Amino acid sequence: MSQEEKSVTLTCIRCPKGCQVTVTLAGGEVAAVTGNGCPRGDAYARKEVTDPTRVVTTVVPVRGSDVARMVSVKTAGDVPKAKVLDVVRALSDVSMAAPVHIGDVVLADVCGTGVDVIATKDV
Amino acid sequence: MTSMATGAHAGATAGAGEKGGTAAAAVPELERDIVIVGGGSAGLAAAIAAHDAGVASVLVLEREPQLGGILNQCIHNGFGLHTFKEELTGPEYAARYVAKARERNIEHMLRTTVLDVSPGRVVTAVNAERGIFRVRAGAVVLAMGCRERPRGALNICGTRPAGVYTAGTAQRLVNIDGLLPGREVVILGSGDIGLIMARRLTLEGAHVACVAELMPYSGGLKRNIVQCLDDFGIPLKLSHTVVNVEGERRVEAVTIARVDDHLRPIPGTEVRYPCDTLLLSVGLLPENELSRQAGVRINPVTRGAFVNDQLMTSVPGVFACGNVLHVHDLVDYVSEESAHAGACAARYMQGAAGLAAGEKDLPGAATELAIEATGGVRYTVPSFVSPGRMDDSLRLRFRVGAVYQNRYVSVYVGDRRVTHRRKPVMAPGEMQEVTLRRADLADARPGDVVRVLLEDE
Repeated sequence: MSQEEKSVTLTCIRCPKGCQVTVTLAGGEVAAVTGNGCPRGDAYARKEVTDPTRVVTTVVPVRGSDVARMVSVKTAGDVPKAKVLDVVRALSDVSMAAPVHIGDVVLADVCGTGVDVIATKDV
Repeated sequence: MTSMATGAHAGATAGAGEKGGTAAAAVPELERDIVIVGGGSAGLAAAIAAHDAGVASVLVLEREPQLGGILNQCIHNGFGLHTFKEELTGPEYAARYVAKARERNIEHMLRTTVLDVSPGRVVTAVNAERGIFRVRAGAVVLAMGCRERPRGALNICGTRPAGVYTAGTAQRLVNIDGLLPGREVVILGSGDIGLIMARRLTLEGAHVACVAELMPYSGGLKRNIVQCLDDFGIPLKLSHTVVNVEGERRVEAVTIARVDDHLRPIPGTEVRYPCDTLLLSVGLLPENELSRQAGVRINPVTRGAFVNDQLMTSVPGVFACGNVLHVHDLVDYVSEESAHAGACAARYMQGAAGLAAGEKDLPGAATELAIEATGGVRYTVPSFVSPGRMDDSLRLRFRVGAVYQNRYVSVYVGDRRVTHRRKPVMAPGEMQEVTLRRADLADARPGDVVRVLLEDE
């Protein structure tokens, strides 16, 4: 790996401010983070250049409810950005039986990420 | 979830003996201290705050079969960072407020449409159980939210096929009804809902060809551009608009062209996108029909009510908050603003803090200072402040008219500058705020104007 310095400018997404954060990489390691308005921006930028992650939200069908056809779900934590589409595909044949409560596990350890998919709505 | 609160009994106004008495004479009447029109994020926060301020009877009227409003279909995360210090999805954020309302036994009626709010604070509503009924209210909080600007308001050329949706309609179809509105999609407008739907439709297997934005900047939050477009390689075409829609029964193609500085399409820049769906995310309009019926004076910039520091409108005892007052980016600020409206409505109806009904308290009255938006600031909420009555500090929320870098937000009281704060970036898509302290107004004279503006240095 080259020892040359390289910088990447990102828009921080930890909050709506959207700080322009510049990460300086030296030999693949984070050498400096500038432009962040708060510590969360520093953490986000370091992570985004080395191990980008996202929370995935979608819906799955719900059976046996008079009022709802779908229930909204999310990954209970961050999953690797590269696995976002895999997570959605893994949920494509999953459905839930009513009643469903916020926090109920919809799919455990989705795509081997160690993260559960949980319901975000009471149905 | 669908049960109706039943604390209310229709007080029969049995004056219907008159010969040829109209149906109106038999309309049942209720009385409540505070009536809140709308049970979304604004209405719930206002109701909870009014209850907590000691108001005995608070009634929330909600059109949908459940509380929570538009949050129920906003399944993405990012809500509540300010309020709860965590990132919730829309339904989770709504559930927290619904739970708070339930703990307090706050009365609400679902599937109930408000037909009229009178200047004398009589709210006329209808639902299947009661028919038409009236509620006399000590104070009214308007919390009806906003609606999307439709295609008809845009004058797009071309045919009128199926497959043209507002982004929020598509959001409802996908997230509530479980239906995919189309497979090959073009989005016009870079409002937050359009950006969110670009990602949502991509995750559901549709292909989003591009997002076209008329203005040279995005109307949405930066994080949504990163998370919803950049993550999926969806191009954002700034200074572009739709110049043609083709298709007999269903959309078959749309044509996009670059626009010049006057927002006119530039001939020769047209690109045709074969597609089956066009989503519109071209702005939100506060839903103020009821406010107008009540005689509330509307600010032509926000399209919401002119309000004072108590969030009271030009009609005594009628308050406004949330997206019906001005369109927000973040629900956290809706909740905060609405809790203030609920508390002020409580004070009004309790007659405390010199807030008895009367001309002196109305926005624009002699005891109040006008707040003027100038120098790049398009509007402020509120528009009036009373130095004698305001809380220790007052948050002024505003939007700028263009993208500004390294400008100062300044507040003048008369000709004295009381605030001067540098902001690295401000854009029309992101609401700004500045705090006005009661002490700043200590030397203000009647007739002084509070000005909020941007300065170079």
